[in-house]
Amino acid sequence: MTKTGIGASVKRKEDQRFITGNGQYTDDVSRPGHVHAYFLRSPHAHAVIRRLDIAAAKGAPGVLGVFTGDDLAADKIGGLICGWMIHSKDGSAMKAGAHPALAQGKVRYVGDHVAVVIAETLAEARDGAEKIIVDYEVLPAVIDTAGAQAAKTQLHDVAPRNTVFEWAIGDKAATEAAFGAAHHVTKIDLVNNRLVPNAMEPRAAIGEYDPGQGAYTLWTTSQNPHVARLVLSAFIGIAPENKLRVIAPDVGGGFGSKIFIYAEETVAVWASKKVGRPVKWVSDRTEAFLSDAHGRDHVTHAELAMDAKGKILGLRVKTIANLGAYLSTFSSSVPTYLYATLLSGQYDIPAIYAEVDAVYTNTAPVDAYRGAGRPEATFVVERIIETAARQMGLDPADLRKRNFVRKFPHQTPVIMMYDAGDYRASLDKAMEIADVKGFGKRKREAARRGRLRGLGYSTYIEACGIAPSQAVGSLGAGVGLWESAEVRVNPTGSVEVLTGSHAHGQGHETTFAQLVSERLGVPMESINIVHGDTDKVQFGMGTYGSRSGAVGMSAIVKALDKVEAKAKKVAAHLLEASEADIDFKDGKFTVKGTDKSVAFADVALNAYVAHKFPTSEIEPGLKEGAFYDPTNFTFPAGCHICEVEIDPETGVTEIANYTAVDDFGVLINPMIVEGQVHGGIAQGIGQALTEGAVYDASGQLLTASYMDYCMPRADNLPSFKLGFTETRCPSNPLGIKGCGEAGAIAAPAAVMNAMTDALGTEAVTMPATPQAVWKVAQSQQKLAAAE
Amino acid sequence: MYAFTYLRPGSVRGASKALATKENAKLLAGGQTLLPTMKQRLASPDHIVDLSQIDDLKNIEQKGRRIVIGAMATHASVASSALVRDNIPALAALAGGIGDPAVRHRGTIGGSVANNDPAADYPAAVLALGATIHTNKRKIAADEFFAGLFTTALEEDEVITKITFPMPSRAAYQKFRNPASRYALVGVFVAKRGRDIRVTVTGAGSNGVFRWSAAEAALSKRFSVKSLEGLSISASGLNGDIHASPEYRAHLIAVMTARAVAAA
Amino acid sequence: MAQTPKIAVAMTVNGQDVSARLEARTLLVQYLREGLRLTGTHVGCDTSQCGACVVHVDGKAVKSCTILASQCEGAQVMTIEGLAHGDKLHPMQEAFREHHGLQCGFCTPGMIMTAVDIAQRLGTPDEHTIREELEGNICRCTGYHNIVKAIDAGCQEMAKGQHRQAAE
Repeated sequence: MTKTGIGASVKRKEDQRFITGNGQYTDDVSRPGHVHAYFLRSPHAHAVIRRLDIAAAKGAPGVLGVFTGDDLAADKIGGLICGWMIHSKDGSAMKAGAHPALAQGKVRYVGDHVAVVIAETLAEARDGAEKIIVDYEVLPAVIDTAGAQAAKTQLHDVAPRNTVFEWAIGDKAATEAAFGAAHHVTKIDLVNNRLVPNAMEPRAAIGEYDPGQGAYTLWTTSQNPHVARLVLSAFIGIAPENKLRVIAPDVGGGFGSKIFIYAEETVAVWASKKVGRPVKWVSDRTEAFLSDAHGRDHVTHAELAMDAKGKILGLRVKTIANLGAYLSTFSSSVPTYLYATLLSGQYDIPAIYAEVDAVYTNTAPVDAYRGAGRPEATFVVERIIETAARQMGLDPADLRKRNFVRKFPHQTPVIMMYDAGDYRASLDKAMEIADVKGFGKRKREAARRGRLRGLGYSTYIEACGIAPSQAVGSLGAGVGLWESAEVRVNPTGSVEVLTGSHAHGQGHETTFAQLVSERLGVPMESINIVHGDTDKVQFGMGTYGSRSGAVGMSAIVKALDKVEAKAKKVAAHLLEASEADIDFKDGKFTVKGTDKSVAFADVALNAYVAHKFPTSEIEPGLKEGAFYDPTNFTFPAGCHICEVEIDPETGVTEIANYTAVDDFGVLINPMIVEGQVHGGIAQGIGQALTEGAVYDASGQLLTASYMDYCMPRADNLPSFKLGFTETRCPSNPLGIKGCGEAGAIAAPAAVMNAMTDALGTEAVTMPATPQAVWKVAQSQQKLAAAE
Repeated sequence: MYAFTYLRPGSVRGASKALATKENAKLLAGGQTLLPTMKQRLASPDHIVDLSQIDDLKNIEQKGRRIVIGAMATHASVASSALVRDNIPALAALAGGIGDPAVRHRGTIGGSVANNDPAADYPAAVLALGATIHTNKRKIAADEFFAGLFTTALEEDEVITKITFPMPSRAAYQKFRNPASRYALVGVFVAKRGRDIRVTVTGAGSNGVFRWSAAEAALSKRFSVKSLEGLSISASGLNGDIHASPEYRAHLIAVMTARAVAAA
Repeated sequence: MAQTPKIAVAMTVNGQDVSARLEARTLLVQYLREGLRLTGTHVGCDTSQCGACVVHVDGKAVKSCTILASQCEGAQVMTIEGLAHGDKLHPMQEAFREHHGLQCGFCTPGMIMTAVDIAQRLGTPDEHTIREELEGNICRCTGYHNIVKAIDAGCQEMAKGQHRQAAE
C-alpha cells in the first residue's frame, strides 16, 4: 500500500474549499440579473381549485411574472414522471396519477404547487404571492397508510381504492407449506415511520435561457445531473438534451432526496425564458419539509415459521407502503425490488412470500431515502428473529448463527444471489468489541441507578452497487444502471477523470484520485475528479444506492486499463522494445529484464507530441473512456449491536454503546468509510428514537420545522465503536461492496431490539420518543404491580 | 419578513416615545424570538424599535440582598456573571441553559420576560424568586406581571429597564427539554426564601407560567423530596402536543419538582 | 404595509470596513451573502436552530439569520472567510480536515465558527461538554463523531497556541 493508494486514510482534497468557506453550492451561484421565484403552495391536503386569480399579483411591485399550471400546459410542458414500472399480481400496470409541476384544477397535499411568482427580490415574490386569490373547495383527506385503501375519498381517477399496485414476490405455496410444518410461529406488526431526509443544504435551482444559443442552463442540487437532464428533456419537454445543460455544483448532502426531478427546478428553468432573466429558487426549511420526497412509511405484518431446533422454515410478509400524493421519480421501486428482495436477510430461509400494496395518500410523495427499502427489510427480518428468539427462549445471537447462510453463492427465494460473505465473523467481532459478555453486569449496575438497560443486535444485509442493466430492465426500470468514466491524461502527465458519479459529501475527489494515483503513479495533487456538469462529463447515472465505489470506480478501472494499454504501446516505441516486454509499475514503464525505463509523464508527453510512433498504428493522445455495467448487486453485510439505557421516570433513552462491524469488501479510504458509517448510524438512531413526520387527520404536517421534527443532535449520540471484516466482492475489479447506507439500514433494528429488551415488551414503536417510552414503561410497571 | 421602519433610540425615554407615537411599533431586544416570528411572517410590525444602543440597560449589580439585572443583559452575560453565580446560582444555571450558545449571546432577560412565551425559562425564575420588574413607569411584582400566553401587565408604551431578584436561601431549576425545539417542555423552578417557598412551572401550562401551590404547601412543612411523595398535579389545564400529552406533562412536573428540590 | 426606506449601515467584516444602504428587513446573513458575496455563511433553516449561519459579531458566535444587518452597526463581524491568515489555516479549520469533521461541507462553516467560540469561552472542554455546546448546530452527514473529535483537537491546538503566545 502506498501512502495515498488504495487502503490509505488520505485526508480529503475537497476539504480545503469547504473549511475556508469557498464551496460553491447552488445558492452561492449568482447569475447576472437573476430574479427570484416563490411558489404558492396549497394550504390544504386535498382540494379542488375553483378559481385562481393572479391579476393582483401580476401588478405587485417587482413582480415579473406569475404562472400557473395552465401556462405550463399551453407550452406543452409535461408532468413529472415515475421511471420504474411495477406490475400487480394480476399483471396490470401500476396506476400512475398525473403529476403536473403546477396544479391543474386540484391539489393533493399540503405544499403542492399552485402557482409561481417571479420577482426582482424574494421578498417581493413572496409579497406578490400573498395577492393571489385561490378559491378552494376542500375535500376529505386520506392520510392513514393502513386505511388508505378503505377510504371513501379517492385521490386519482386512475387509482381505485387509492391503490398504486398490489405486488407480490416469492413462492406462496411453498411458504404456506413451511408454515404448515412449523413448530413455532412468531408474528409481529411493525410500523416503519415516515422520515424527512433533511440534507442540510435545502434544494435550490437557477434556470437561465440563452436566446443566442436557444439553450437553457440549469444549476440544481442534484445527485444525478444527467438523469435530470434526460427527464427534463425527453419526458417533461423543456428542451432537447443538446439544448439543456445541467450543472450540479457542490451539493450539501442528498440521502436520496436529490435524486428526483421535482416541480421547482422544472418551473425555474422553463420560466427563465418566459421572463427573460435567470430565475433562482431556493427552498426554505419548511418548504423542504413539505415538498422534499419523504422516506419509509410502511405498515407491515410478518410471520416467521421455525422448527423445534430454531431453524427458520419460512417467512411471510404483508406490507402497505405509502407513496404519498403522487409517484416520485423512483418511488415504485423502493417498497418492491429494493425491499422485498432483501427479506431473506443473512439467513438461509427456504421459503419466502411477500405482498406489497402501494397506496396514495394526501401527503408528500415518498421515495428513496438513505437505504431505500433495505432499512425497511432489515427492520422486519431483524425485529422478527429477535422476537422469535425471546419467544423460544433462545439466545438471539445463537439463533442467528444457526440460520446464517454459510455457502456462497447463495440463491435466496427472493431473486438475490449472494456472492460472498462471512456473517459469523462480523457477529463474533461485534460481540467482542461490544463486550456482550459484560452486559449482564452493566445491566445490574444500571438497575441499581434505577435505569433499564437493554442490548439489541442487527445482523443486516443490503444489496448495493445497483445494478446490472438487463436485470433491472426486466424488473421494470426505465434506465440502465451502469456508470461511465473518462480518463484524460494531459501532455504534462496530470490527469482529469470525468465521472458520472456525483459527490455530495462522499469524498470522491479523494477516493477516486487514490485509485488513479495508485494505478498510474501520478501524485494526488496532479489528479482532478470532474463531475456534475453535463457539458463536461459524458452521460452518467449518478450517485445513490452506495453505487459510486462498486460501479463508478469500476468504470474508472476500465478506462485506466485502456489508458495503460495504450501507454504501453507508446512506451514500447520509446523504449524500442516489444509491447509484450513492457511492464508498468509505480509510474514507470520498464523493459523486462533490463534497466531501461521511461516515466509515465514522458509517455504522456510523447503520446501527444506523436513524434516517435507511427500514427497509422497508434492514434495520438492519451484519453480513454469506459462504461461499466455491473454483473451482480454487491452485498455489504455486518453486525451492529446497540446498548441503551432508559430512565423509566422520564422516558429518556441514552445510547450507552453502539458497535458496528461491517464487511464492505475492500476499503479504499478507511477514514472516509468510517465517516459514512457514523452518519448512517446517526440517521438510523434518528429513525428509531427521535424522527418522524406526523400529519394530522386533515393532512397538515405537524412536523414542518426543526421546532417539531427532532433531528439527532450531538448530545443525542455517543461516539461509535467500529470494526471491519473483509470478504472480497467477486463481481467487480476492486472487490468493493459499498458503505454509504449500512448504518441507516442496520441501526433502527439494533436500537429497537435494545429498547424492547430493556422494556421487556415488543410493543415499542418508532420513534421511541421520551413520551412513547414513558407510556410503555408505565404500562409495564402496572403489569408488574398486577402480578 | 414584511418591510418595516427601523428606529434606534439612544434612551429609554426615546424608546417609550416611539412606542407611543409610531404606528404598530414593537421593541427589539435580542430578537431571538421576534426575528424568527417576523421571518415566518407571523408578526408584521410597521416600526421596530431597537434597544441595543441604550447602554445602561445591560448592567448586572448587587444592591443589598438583591441582584439587579438590566433588561438588555444577555443570557450569556447572566450565566457567566460572578454576582449571579455566587448569589443565585440557580438563575445563572437557568440562563446558561436557554437555547444554544449563539442564542444566549443575543437573547436578553427583558425580551424573554416581556414576551412571556409559555415555553420560556425566565418567567419561572422571575415568579419563583419573587422578582420585581422595573419599567420606565413603575415597579411590577412578579405575581402581578404574567397574565397568560404572551401577555403581561406591560402597557403599550412601557419598557422594562431592569429586574430585581431577592437572594433565596435555596433554589434550583430543572428543565425537561422538548426533544425537537429544545424549549422547556416542562421547567420547574423551586425557591426557598425565609419561610416563603415557591414552586413555579413553565412550558406546561396552557395559560403560561404558574405556581404549583400544593407543592409549595407540602414543602413548607419540610423542604425535602420526601414531602412531595404521592403528590401529583392534574393534567387538566396543561398543554398537549405531539411531544407531550397533558398527562405526560403532569407526570414530568412532579418528577422535575422532586429533582429541583433535591438539587436546591 | 410600511414603506421600505433604505437605511445606512456600516460595519467591519473580516477586518474590512464596509457600508451599504439596505432595506431595514435585511438580515446579516443576507447582507453577507448577497451584498458582500461572502457565501461561506449558509442558511439551513428558518427557525434559528441549524447553525449553518453562525458568524462572530464582536467576538461572539451568533446566528446571522437571526440578527438584522442594521443591528450590527459599528460591529466587528468575522465570517468563515476571515478565519485563516492568508494561506495559513486556523487551527480549528486544520483540525476539521485532519479528523474528517466534514462531509458535504454545508454545515461546516457554522460548525467551525461555533467551535472557535467554544474554545474561546471554555478552553479545552471534555467530550460531554462539546456535545452539549453543539446544541445549536445540526449536521446530517457525520453523526457528529468526527466533529466532536475535531473540536477537541482544535481546542487543544488553540490552547497550545495561547501558551506559546504567553511564553513569547
